[in-house]
Amino acid sequence: MNKELFEPLCGCDQAEAQARPITTYRQDAWRRLKEHKLAMIGLYTVLLIILIAVIGPWMSHVSYSDQNLMQANQSPSTEHWFGTDNLGRDLFIRVLYGARISLSIGIVASLINLTIGVVYGGIAGLVGGRVDRIMMNIVDVLYGIPMLLYVILLMVVLKPGLTNIFIALGIAYWLGMARIVRGQILSLKEHEYVLAARTLGASNWQILYRHLIPNSMGPIIITMTLAIPEAIFTEAFLSFIGLGVAAPMASWGVLSSEGVTSLRSYPFQLFFPAMAISITMLAFIFLGDGLRDALDPRTRR
Amino acid sequence: MLRYMLKRFVSSLVVLLAIITITFLLMHAIPGGPFSSEKKISPAIMKNIEEHYRLNDPLWKQYVDYMANLAQFDLGPSFKYEGRKVNDIIRESFPVSLELGLVSISFAILIGIPAGALAALRQNKWQDYITMLFATIGVSVPSFVLATLLIYVFAIKLSLLPAAMWGDAEYVVLPALALASHPTAFIARLTRSSMLEILAQDYIKTARAKGLSQIVILYRHALRNALIPVVTYIGPMAAGILTGSFIIESIFAIPGLGRHFVTSIYNRDYTVILGVTVFYSLLVISLNLVVDLIYPQLDPRIKLNEKEGG
Repeated sequence: MNKELFEPLCGCDQAEAQARPITTYRQDAWRRLKEHKLAMIGLYTVLLIILIAVIGPWMSHVSYSDQNLMQANQSPSTEHWFGTDNLGRDLFIRVLYGARISLSIGIVASLINLTIGVVYGGIAGLVGGRVDRIMMNIVDVLYGIPMLLYVILLMVVLKPGLTNIFIALGIAYWLGMARIVRGQILSLKEHEYVLAARTLGASNWQILYRHLIPNSMGPIIITMTLAIPEAIFTEAFLSFIGLGVAAPMASWGVLSSEGVTSLRSYPFQLFFPAMAISITMLAFIFLGDGLRDALDPRTRR
Repeated sequence: MLRYMLKRFVSSLVVLLAIITITFLLMHAIPGGPFSSEKKISPAIMKNIEEHYRLNDPLWKQYVDYMANLAQFDLGPSFKYEGRKVNDIIRESFPVSLELGLVSISFAILIGIPAGALAALRQNKWQDYITMLFATIGVSVPSFVLATLLIYVFAIKLSLLPAAMWGDAEYVVLPALALASHPTAFIARLTRSSMLEILAQDYIKTARAKGLSQIVILYRHALRNALIPVVTYIGPMAAGILTGSFIIESIFAIPGLGRHFVTSIYNRDYTVILGVTVFYSLLVISLNLVVDLIYPQLDPRIKLNEKEGG
């Protein structure tokens, strides 16, 4: 048998070439998010609102607290785009400034419950066994409590104000995050790469924050996206019963509850802040729904 | 089953005790005490007041007294309204809140579930889009904004319904709508997504292949399973409606417990705040207990003694 009998197939080098370029999980998720029209509208709206909140108040020569009683309760005009309130403050500036307050409440509060939730859920999921059972029983039990009541109670005890809202909302709403993180970690920790890391001598903490938490980022981001508008909503609720941020600061919640009292005579005073809340809510909900479809492997089509 | 019920009952009791303790301590942690905000009171009178409400007793004694009274369902006197007890306030005003709440919950269930199911059955058709449009608006507009809009349109502009107060059925419509918007929208979204999941299951295909009618498939097979997640939402929904009614009752000037709660916050009437919090917590916790016990009846796949393992 000599070599000539064997004829190599042409192009055998290419047999192992990839049919498609490798896409990482992140690229894949981004691609799917981009296909989701509503989610992209949501994303751009959120970015726009953040941009407005950051630079908006700088663009104007009047401040959110400048009063001009001669111009109280003016209807929207070219000078005052959203009109003025009962103290003659420019509502457009106040809504812009309110965006700062409301967004920072949403973001900070959800960052606090992100931190608590991830640490709590992470420990429960990683340690497992009895610790997990006890920790999750506590969460189950707390889940049955009407949390808003305790936020109200906390706000009565602490004084109304921005920091205290962060605290009250942050410590009340981490339960969902803890559950989600724990569920993720429980399933992730059975993977081989965790075993590999362990054999290499990585400590529990290293495994948790180098491997497990980055891998559960998808559900965490989804939960965060939906927690932000929830916090903004709750703050609006608190403002309405007089437990929101202190005057002359104004969140959208404060502005709308001021608008409610003057609805009969000046409906525009409610309209603009209420629109701001609703648009933000919609944007975050669209973005959150889109992210869920993009990041959740179970819904991959 | 019995063992599970007992276990759940005991743990609910423990939670309640913990809640009451925390609430009690929080209320007593407020600097200045409940009477400090009022206009200057002479020290002698102040002393009498504190004596009367036993605020001079050491904290543990106040706690023991409060617990002992609570065991007899006595929530103590109101600080603001002299001679009135928290119990009386709750007894008078809770039925109003209950009526409003029940109407809202029924609305949320009776509209939300069919709307969600319809949207799922006609996925990506106009019925779906319209339902989801309303559902999305429902979750994104704050209830107090909706309430004021409803008053503006139906009471002020059209003069169809009363703008405030409480009375016959016509007084219930607007506040119930405002209160129910959020849960209705949520239930519709929830029903739609779980229905979509169920309709894609193999056993639905089997049912179709067997030649069952659309109605039987829908009611006997799809809806029944799709409603399981909705049932778990009933507990949180009730809590949301109870607390949501704080604002709605204030806006519509409804003499319910929610409005009393908000006024007691403004007045810093601590015993009422404490009492209502305890009362509502008790209510919501018992409701959750009931839901947890009903749950496995609906879904035989759920075993009571085992917690899900993740």
